[in-house]
Amino acid sequence: MTMPVPIGAAGFLARYDGLRGRLPGDAAVRDAAAEAFRALGLPGAAPGRREEAWKYTSLRPLADAPFQEPLSAADAGAAGLPQLAPARLVFLDGRYRPELSAPPRGIAVGSFAAEPGFGSLARPDRDPLVALNTMLAGDGARIDVPDGVDGGVLHIASLATAAAGRATAFHPRHSLRLGAGARLVLLETAGGDGRYLHNPVTEIVLGAGARLSHVRWQDDAAEAFHLATIYAELAERAAYEGFTLNLGARVTRTEFHARLAGPEAHAAMHAAQMLAGSQHADVTSVVRHDAPHGTSRQAVKSVLTGRARGVFQGRIEVARAAQKTDGYQMSQALLLSDQAEIDTKPELEIFADDVKCSHGATVGALDPEQMFYLRSRGVPEAEARSMLVHAFLAEALDAVAHEPTRAALDVAVSQWWDRVAA
Amino acid sequence: MLEIKGLAASIDGKPILRGIDLVVPSGEVHAIMGPNGSGKSTLSYVLAGREDYDVTAGSATFEGADLLAMEPEARAAAGVFLAFQAPVELPGVGNANFLRTALNAVRRARGEAELDAVQFLKLARAETKRLAMADDMLKRNVNVGFSGGEKKRNEVLQMAILRPRLAILDETDSGLDIDALKIVADGVNALRRPEFSALVITHHQRLLDRLVPDRVHILAGGRIVRTGGPDLARELEARGYAAVTADAA
Repeated sequence: MTMPVPIGAAGFLARYDGLRGRLPGDAAVRDAAAEAFRALGLPGAAPGRREEAWKYTSLRPLADAPFQEPLSAADAGAAGLPQLAPARLVFLDGRYRPELSAPPRGIAVGSFAAEPGFGSLARPDRDPLVALNTMLAGDGARIDVPDGVDGGVLHIASLATAAAGRATAFHPRHSLRLGAGARLVLLETAGGDGRYLHNPVTEIVLGAGARLSHVRWQDDAAEAFHLATIYAELAERAAYEGFTLNLGARVTRTEFHARLAGPEAHAAMHAAQMLAGSQHADVTSVVRHDAPHGTSRQAVKSVLTGRARGVFQGRIEVARAAQKTDGYQMSQALLLSDQAEIDTKPELEIFADDVKCSHGATVGALDPEQMFYLRSRGVPEAEARSMLVHAFLAEALDAVAHEPTRAALDVAVSQWWDRVAA
Repeated sequence: MLEIKGLAASIDGKPILRGIDLVVPSGEVHAIMGPNGSGKSTLSYVLAGREDYDVTAGSATFEGADLLAMEPEARAAAGVFLAFQAPVELPGVGNANFLRTALNAVRRARGEAELDAVQFLKLARAETKRLAMADDMLKRNVNVGFSGGEKKRNEVLQMAILRPRLAILDETDSGLDIDALKIVADGVNALRRPEFSALVITHHQRLLDRLVPDRVHILAGGRIVRTGGPDLARELEARGYAAVTADAA
């Protein structure tokens, strides 16, 4: 006789009960997170409960399956990972694999497993997936760029290895600190095989005048769930330049919490999502302006085919002290089928009186005038569609300044389109 | 070369063309003039293959092939070129990339070798220079932020690069100053040869002073009501459409 395997939230809580006391780091933080997760549950999984932050995204499919601890083979390699930069940290099924990695020089790199520590930005008490991560996090990257140091380009690669018949879950906990005047280009890629939950939480602290370019390229497996939460806190004149490309996974949630704590800070959280079939991807952001002369920018472009659904929820909060704030959000969606859907929800909450905040949204199909213009010049219909879809996305990809990555993303976009158009 | 018989077309059920008969032999330039709403632009769109017009009667053959049965891109490959009255902006599409994609698509369809980037740029630079266009127009996005005159010049550039056998110019002269008008006229004149013909839609005599047509047709109420030599355009200029079309009635 076998015991039924608990599924959904109960399954994660049962795993925590089994591992309790053997997980790295502060047990009190984990216990509190477990209590929060027990109370919050998986968004959308409990009937009759609706949370505003999860208005358009339900994790009901996640509640139906048992997720187990990954068992990645010891000899698993990192073949097939994109080669974007010489300095690379590789995570297999959420575990740091030093033998596959090439840590950068000049900056301190460690792992959460070796030096466990929860940062002060994450809010497990509010965000159910952050609670889940805090409860079960086993590993992650810890990166510290000292004051005034240019850390160059660092690639963090996450790869999920298929386990026959098992759905696995991993919850990486990354933390990143840039000292005053420090710089870094951080490239994050996620991919893999099989059915898994990839639930990373990243905490980013930028010192005065620090500058982080953060490119995220999500191409997780078709049956995967990618639920990422990124917290960033910016001191004066710090700049966060973020770009996320969501290509893979069955359900994706990319949640940003950026706080501009010092004057003249700048945060950009651009994204592009290209979704087909029954994929669902949600970009949700909360930008908090707490100091004057801050700027925030967010342009999200979605290309949707089949029955895919895209979501953009953007919230800008401007505190009373944050005069001369300049905030901008834009959601643009290209719907290539009758059944595709985009939901956009912008919110502004402004307590300062001298600010410039705006948001906008556009939704449309390919423009028939543009199609006819191209075809009248001899460009075949399929090629004309391809040109216009690429043109739509090119604007979003322009946010990526690192040339080799920009080139790799262009290829990824083309390959996606070739698959979809085929 | 182009032979139109009894062509009738409507949009949203509203008839615009009511039986056009027109033959443009190889090597000739024909002008079509007519008041607003007479169907001039509709004729050009129907010939280029825009989908929102319904052809309800008649035929149009180009080099013996049924033009109306062809997709727009096949018409372009066969050598038909429409210079748009209102050229379309393509944000995110570079002009050079657009021109090269179009040229290579047409060359492919004609069984000719494609041009690589270097060969293409050499050709494009020579043409922009000839058309007195700034070099950066190749780098900019197609028609985005172009002035009215720049857009029209860009149409002429596309025509020069694609080298059509039948050019249809839909009021390419409207809104142009004298210098730009000369460039448009020179652009068409440069293509003139025995196997090239053009259908020039215009309101004004001034383009036809530089681009002397073999025949002038007056379109009114969806029909060609009068055909004549270059003098007809001058007569129109002097007497107006009402008087000239009244003679025909």
